[in-house]
Amino acid sequence: MATTDKEVNELIKREYEHGFVTDIEADTFEPGLNEDVIARLSAIKKEPEWMLEWRLKAYRRWLEMDEPDWAHVGYPKIDYNSISYYSAPKRKEDMPQSLDEVDPELLKTYEKLGIPLHEREKLAGVAVDAVFDSVSVATTFKEPLAKAGVIFCSISEAIQDYPELVKKYLGSVVPAGDNFFAGLNSAVFSDGTFVYVPKGVRCPMELSTYFRINAANTGQFERTLIIAEDSSYVSYLEGCTAPMRDENQLHAAVVELVALDDAQIKYSTVQNWYPGDENGKGGIFNFVTKRGAAIGKNSKISWTQVETGSAVTWKYPSCVLRGDNSVGEFYSVALTNNFQQADTGTKMIHLGKNTSSTIISKGISAGKSSNAYRGLVKFGPGAEGARNYTQCDSLLIGDRCGAHTFPYIESKNKSAIVEHEATTSKVSDEQMFLCRQRGIDPEQAVSMIVNGFCKEVFKELPMEFAVEAGKLLEVSLEGSVG
Amino acid sequence: MLSIKNLHASVEGEEILKGINLEIKAGEVHAIMGPNGSGKSTLSQVLAGNETFEVTQGEISLNGENLLDLETEERAREGIFLAFQYPVEIPGVSNLQFLRTAVNAMRTHRGEPEMNAAEFMKLAKEVSKQVDLDPAFLKRGVNEGFSGGEKKRNEILQALLLQPKLAILDETDSGLDIDALQVVSKGVNALRAEDRAILMVTHYQRLLNHIVPDHVHVLAGGRIVKSGGRELALELEERGYGWLGVKDEEATPSAAS
Repeated sequence: MATTDKEVNELIKREYEHGFVTDIEADTFEPGLNEDVIARLSAIKKEPEWMLEWRLKAYRRWLEMDEPDWAHVGYPKIDYNSISYYSAPKRKEDMPQSLDEVDPELLKTYEKLGIPLHEREKLAGVAVDAVFDSVSVATTFKEPLAKAGVIFCSISEAIQDYPELVKKYLGSVVPAGDNFFAGLNSAVFSDGTFVYVPKGVRCPMELSTYFRINAANTGQFERTLIIAEDSSYVSYLEGCTAPMRDENQLHAAVVELVALDDAQIKYSTVQNWYPGDENGKGGIFNFVTKRGAAIGKNSKISWTQVETGSAVTWKYPSCVLRGDNSVGEFYSVALTNNFQQADTGTKMIHLGKNTSSTIISKGISAGKSSNAYRGLVKFGPGAEGARNYTQCDSLLIGDRCGAHTFPYIESKNKSAIVEHEATTSKVSDEQMFLCRQRGIDPEQAVSMIVNGFCKEVFKELPMEFAVEAGKLLEVSLEGSVG
Repeated sequence: MLSIKNLHASVEGEEILKGINLEIKAGEVHAIMGPNGSGKSTLSQVLAGNETFEVTQGEISLNGENLLDLETEERAREGIFLAFQYPVEIPGVSNLQFLRTAVNAMRTHRGEPEMNAAEFMKLAKEVSKQVDLDPAFLKRGVNEGFSGGEKKRNEILQALLLQPKLAILDETDSGLDIDALQVVSKGVNALRAEDRAILMVTHYQRLLNHIVPDHVHVLAGGRIVKSGGRELALELEERGYGWLGVKDEEATPSAAS
């Protein structure tokens, strides 16, 4: 079918569902970044002295750093003084004590996003921390979690209430000097989630954070820290959306995971930031550093990501496998359409004996988008008997998009074993013809084929979200038949 | 039921079908035979609406409705089914999901309620027995890692589930051993019905020992050069295509039976 490429391109026109703006009064900083701004931010959050010092140290370091230019993406130079570094809905002096005190306008916003914050509703088995621009506006199920000994709160609260834990672990996995965006985040991070699972505890429910950008011209600097003590288990999921705007907005996050002996952390992301319009105007710059340290023996860190949004994505959720027999996993679906650009992948750093890692990456490119997998598998001298399996599959829809694979392997240990498989395929005319010959709509056919391609990754998502993720791809691929 | 008049079709500017005329009535089984390159597969693809082929002239109608006005999926919903010569794989999409989506697309078109997963599972299991397919196949990806014979049986399974008005079988016998041929034939014979027509496209006559046609047509150079009954196929087996003034570049038909 000679016309199929064109038709398929019609099919993948997307409507962004979450592009609305909440009309809410906000306290927003004037654009600009200097030490005073950081001091003001820290003061608003009533942070202790050590935290401000930490931020300022990061800031001074950041001033010396260069923005990375090695990724396979292009975007106009960001003027870091034109961004506002804090915006929060106006509220009473104290944090709301219960959901009843949360601004109804905010509750409505989350309702509209399909994330009701009432504990009895749809996501009854999932605890949610809702982050709106620079602040956490509500955290659900805190009490039942506290009974199990699990701390689930905003990072701002954790700095106040659990300073020793924060001091010990903040920056321990992603130091402020790690890279340009991590440095910036360390200086100006606003809110995010803190999770602590004590020894021997299996977290009784899924934890999640829903990040929402609302204010214009502001950056969102999420900071999340998850600590799993010996023999504990936690599964965490984050979701993200933003309004449709013609200007680009920056989301520069740092996520740190720490897994001690025999602990397991499962971290899932469904990223649906506004991708820009079909001409490539607007959209979020998603520049994110995520890393997990599998410090303990037999520990396990598993990243699953479904990336369908953002104008530009620069993101490499990684694992440092320090503990003997520790396991790292990375399961990724990245879909780009129109003029979206994604440079995403992972780093698996094997340091301990018999460490093993699995990388399954599924890139789907449509429209005129560019989708790159970038991955590093590294074996240190002590990584005796370590092994990695990598599978990178690219699916092209239409003939104007690009898929690229940049795998790097460094080995300082001769016993390490690496397997790498890569495929590139297209949604073929034959597949489309077969589906249509069986009476299936072309739209449904593309969506079915793409979902099939992503199956290995979707099955890693928590049950509640696997269906959501499938639907998200459907929405992303929905459109009128030309 | 199916009426083809003076059908011309080309691919990339080259004319393949050069004026086909064919009438098929409900309940009939027709076989189209002919050497490679005669246009047999093109005819099947054109009937199903493959856009690679351009219809330049002529008419195709199904029960009086002009098929050429309909998209591939619309033709399918009107009852045209094509069993593919080379069924394509759709990795990660389970056979069960694919089949249920197809069956429900047809049901929706007919104004019937969709079948839920449990109902469909039951039906699919029953039908897979008819073509000797282990129900475990239903959970595998569409044609993913299937052997040639399994793929062909899977095509017949789909025909049995979708219950078309016109089933076109494109070289369904190719690449099958004798046991698989028998299973597939049993499935096709189960499809035979008063209100259904079957059009078999084949190079060899051996399939016709198992599925006995009412009419046999010889396609050569894009035209039907001879039509007859069952005995025509036997004659072709005996004498090849040469006596019809048709060149067959492949081995003689009898060598393969």
